[in-house]
Amino acid sequence: MFVYADNAATTKVSRKALEAMMPALEDLYGNPSSLHQAGRAAEAALWNARERIAACLSAEPREIYFTSGGTEADNWAITEAARLGALKGKKHLITSAFEHHAVLHTMQKLEKQGYEVTYLKVHEDGLIRPEEVAAAIREDTALVSIMYANNEIGTIQPIRAIGEICRERGVLFHTDAVQAVGHLPVNVREDLVDMLSFSGHKFHGPKGIGGLYVRKGIPIRNFMEGGAQEFRKRGGTENMPGILGMAAALEEACSHMAEDSARVARMRDRLIEAIGKLPKTRLNGHPSQRVPGNVSFCFEGIEGESLLLRLDLQGICASSGSACTSGSLEPSHVLLAIGVPKEIAHGSLRLSLDASNREEEVDYIIEKLPGIVETLRDMSPVWEEMKA
Amino acid sequence: MAMTYSEKVMDHFAHPRNVGKIENADGVGEVGNMVCGDIMKVYLKVENGIIEDAKFNTFGCGSAIATSSMATEMIKGKPVDEALKLTNKAVVEALDGLPPVKLHCSVLAEEAVKAALKDYYEKQGLPVPEECLAESSHDHGEQGEEA
Repeated sequence: MFVYADNAATTKVSRKALEAMMPALEDLYGNPSSLHQAGRAAEAALWNARERIAACLSAEPREIYFTSGGTEADNWAITEAARLGALKGKKHLITSAFEHHAVLHTMQKLEKQGYEVTYLKVHEDGLIRPEEVAAAIREDTALVSIMYANNEIGTIQPIRAIGEICRERGVLFHTDAVQAVGHLPVNVREDLVDMLSFSGHKFHGPKGIGGLYVRKGIPIRNFMEGGAQEFRKRGGTENMPGILGMAAALEEACSHMAEDSARVARMRDRLIEAIGKLPKTRLNGHPSQRVPGNVSFCFEGIEGESLLLRLDLQGICASSGSACTSGSLEPSHVLLAIGVPKEIAHGSLRLSLDASNREEEVDYIIEKLPGIVETLRDMSPVWEEMKA
Repeated sequence: MAMTYSEKVMDHFAHPRNVGKIENADGVGEVGNMVCGDIMKVYLKVENGIIEDAKFNTFGCGSAIATSSMATEMIKGKPVDEALKLTNKAVVEALDGLPPVKLHCSVLAEEAVKAALKDYYEKQGLPVPEECLAESSHDHGEQGEEA
């Protein structure tokens, strides 16, 4: 059996997304900037896609800027918010310790340029406390950037509460919503966010396309030099297959989000219940305040890469925050941020489900995982002492 | 970026040889630590200067398990003075290579074998050969010799 349980890493392009992309790879090849009929046809399709994506986020079409993905959107939003802040003498930024590297590394770059960054601590339940955001805001704070949902442990942050605080204090609020859009009812108006990043391939759209929502009136500038595309803010001939595919995928995800999330959350909870019964095993992050498909555990006495490889041999695709899988020497900064000790963080496993998964796949994981964990623990020199 | 292991590494990972403990072993060596994410423990049974049996327990990634398996295979049936010559490079070659970031696993396997041999010499009241006395290089900065 083949089970793809790594949908937080990327997803398969849906049939509808693929069908929406095909015209852009065949007859709809015009450049949307061209005046002639081929260009106008592409321009119409581009605008239509922008409208549909905006509608899914409760934004206006002119507030949506297409980018190469979530990373570019994060880099752009944070760099521009910092520049706008500096114009008013505000050079303080607030983020959290467990953001995606697209955010963290941009923050670190800005620190080197003379900005001061506050990294809010994340509580053991994987959640940021809005009151701690409020307490960190200063006179010179230019931006708060807090992710909508964490990519490793799936916890959903109190975005609306943070949005209210930022709006009231006159501070720009950006959220990396890459793990949320297409899975949670994101509404930029009600959530009071100023900027929001999203990525097509996390909701069955194609890779290499994403976007940034920027609330109208925020005078961001272009991130790179080029032509007049994207309201003069993001040059480069548009990725038409990507944009059309992403629009179709998002529309599809949003059209039956409530049913999907209820079904996916049931599968998630079955896994959490079954895995949680294994000895010396801990769930990472809040048990219910998490995206519908995220299951994240640490298994004491074993190392995550071994676990992944053994699962893979059984046809199960998953991921881990272990150092050995990241190619770095440190285990996941997310797990360390929520206080998981290093020696335990090495034994982490993330299973990420979505609407493409079926109950039989959950049965299969529940059937295979305990045996693999047991075999690896029997092989481990530390397990005997640990289980005692 | 995804790493690719050789077929031999995957074979020794999926079907590791010599997993387990030896009761009343003539030599036991343990290297590594939990914080770094890998620990190897090697047990030796020695008779008349020949390693009659070698077993291991490993906490670690796929290549840590594969190198433990291969290293114990390579010393089984060998005279102890020959086992002393085991190098991480030989283990890597026997596995048809390891990704560069995983070379430290082979260093750890060599060190685990040598720690067990050191324990053997000490238990026998014999002088410990200098091959066993090298400082542990387990700081992940030491990536071992490129095979």
